[in-house]
Amino acid sequence: MSSIALEVKDLVKSFSLDGAMINAVDNVSFQVHAGEFVALVGPSGSGKTTMLSILAALLSPTSGQVLIDGQDLAQMNEKRRVKLRREKIGFTFQSNNLIPFLTAQENVEFMLRLNGQADKAGRVRSAEILARLGLSDRLHNLPAQLSGGQQQRVAIARALIHNPAVVLADEPTASLDTERAFQVVETFAKLVHENNRAGIMVTHDLRMCQYVDRVLQMQDGKLVRAVETKKEIMELAHGAIKH
Amino acid sequence: MKNTFLAFYLALKEVLRNRGRFLLVSMVIALITLLVLFIAALGEGLANGNRQYVANLDAQLIVFLDKSDYNISASRLDTNTARTIRRVDGVADAGPIYTSNTEIVSTEKPLKVSLLGVEAGRPGMPVIIEGREFRGGEAREAVIDRNVALRSGIKVGDVIEIRSTQGVDDQFFTLTVVGMVDGQSYFFAPTIFVPPATWEQIRPQSEADLNSDTPFPNIIAVKLADPSQVEVMKTRLIDQVSKIEVADIVTTINNIPGYAAQQGTVQTQGFFTLLIGVLVIGGFFQIQILQKVPQIGVLKAIGSSNGVVGWAAVIQIVVVTAMGVGIGGVLTYLFSLGLPPTIPFVFNGVRSFAAIILLLLIGPLGGLVSIIYAVRIEPLKALRLG
Repeated sequence: MSSIALEVKDLVKSFSLDGAMINAVDNVSFQVHAGEFVALVGPSGSGKTTMLSILAALLSPTSGQVLIDGQDLAQMNEKRRVKLRREKIGFTFQSNNLIPFLTAQENVEFMLRLNGQADKAGRVRSAEILARLGLSDRLHNLPAQLSGGQQQRVAIARALIHNPAVVLADEPTASLDTERAFQVVETFAKLVHENNRAGIMVTHDLRMCQYVDRVLQMQDGKLVRAVETKKEIMELAHGAIKH
Repeated sequence: MKNTFLAFYLALKEVLRNRGRFLLVSMVIALITLLVLFIAALGEGLANGNRQYVANLDAQLIVFLDKSDYNISASRLDTNTARTIRRVDGVADAGPIYTSNTEIVSTEKPLKVSLLGVEAGRPGMPVIIEGREFRGGEAREAVIDRNVALRSGIKVGDVIEIRSTQGVDDQFFTLTVVGMVDGQSYFFAPTIFVPPATWEQIRPQSEADLNSDTPFPNIIAVKLADPSQVEVMKTRLIDQVSKIEVADIVTTINNIPGYAAQQGTVQTQGFFTLLIGVLVIGGFFQIQILQKVPQIGVLKAIGSSNGVVGWAAVIQIVVVTAMGVGIGGVLTYLFSLGLPPTIPFVFNGVRSFAAIILLLLIGPLGGLVSIIYAVRIEPLKALRLG
């Protein structure tokens, strides 16, 4: 078994709503190994986006632990969390992913600049990863000149270019048509596996689960089910396709 | 250091990739700059027109008649006061100055000038840049300010005719221009200098004054042996010379009738123009930051520090402001070339320099709110994850 890239232990995140405390994430524990691609699914309000925000070091948990590459988020001040986000985490968002005034290649290279790795080798690597994602002829295009699917692929390249321990994706297919959505998630999965990263994708679209290694299902802030065998995962994904 | 490079990278890439938008803002700043510099240059020109002669005097103290409130026109000293002052220990020299005004009528268009009587070689007589000083006594010779030459075409060696009201009649006097001085405007008019006895004869005067041939100086310019002893000498002069009051050059300038009010007006105009500039630039950058909230959210979420985001905003504002001020400065200079010499416009003054520094500061000042806003953006909210 490969090393644990991400470990969540007894995680709780509470919010105050109209004077009452609500547990958006309620005592959740799981691990993700390097080279494993996990889908976090659940209905709206199930707590998956809150979970992702905590994993991305954008939100502090109320209690519990999140260890990324062995480093405990709870022990970090804001400066160290920013450093962790820069070095250990890759992130793609639903939309507005890219810096609009940087070209596709510059967007990818920006992660290297942030990490002080923007050299000639980094430039070659960014061109290679974009070529792998079918964007070799779009290196110098601005985001506005790219389709939604192309923008998502650039975001995936950016999320992986600096070899983070964990790659997080928040509804990466939300703004894509079905065909492009499958393409994007398939490519994402391939790169996570090839680069031996831990990938976590939040999605409400169960059809996308066919490319992941494990599905974690959340409801009311709790982790209610873990689908771990390929057969079960495919049944879940195909069931969604049939519906 | 890495943060600064990153901030420069982001700021300049955005400006370059959105040239049109930023150039438009720079042009707005350029127009504000044109307006501010124009007001500053006019203010400098007006101030010069009023104070230039006094400001350029080779003297540290000015002696007035007691209780004249440092008002040159209201002061009229005894003829022998200058001699008394010269005998005071610590005084290097003292020159009486007689002020009036007249009109040169031998030019194509009559030209109003300040008529100053001064003694050649004494404080009050400016440095000659062309020709020579006039002879003393009642010599019908004059030294003119270069501004008179620029406006009228009069040159050294020319004979000019001036009109002067003597009692109730106009009389005309001819003077030979023997020399030229530079930068000697007084009371909004270029100046001609004549010997005191000549001044007494040709100055406009009332019927009552016509009976006297004795010129009474308005003020006396005092050059000190040790220019650093202004305060000591002021007290000593007042103690040793009767019926006088003494002021330094700055006090004298500030008491020129209308000077303080005029400068106050010009400075208020300049201040409000700068204030408008701050609000316009502040408004623009605030709108821009509001449009960029998701983008800043992404930058922070992927690991950009507040320093990078904040500095990028500052650099962008500085670059755009500097561009605008640069364009505005060039426009003002080109504009000034087309202005006639009658308009008091001095673009190279301290005031213009101060205005440029202030204009460069209004960008960051106006954008301060947007910079703070950018730094405070929470990625979670910006990305609508929270």
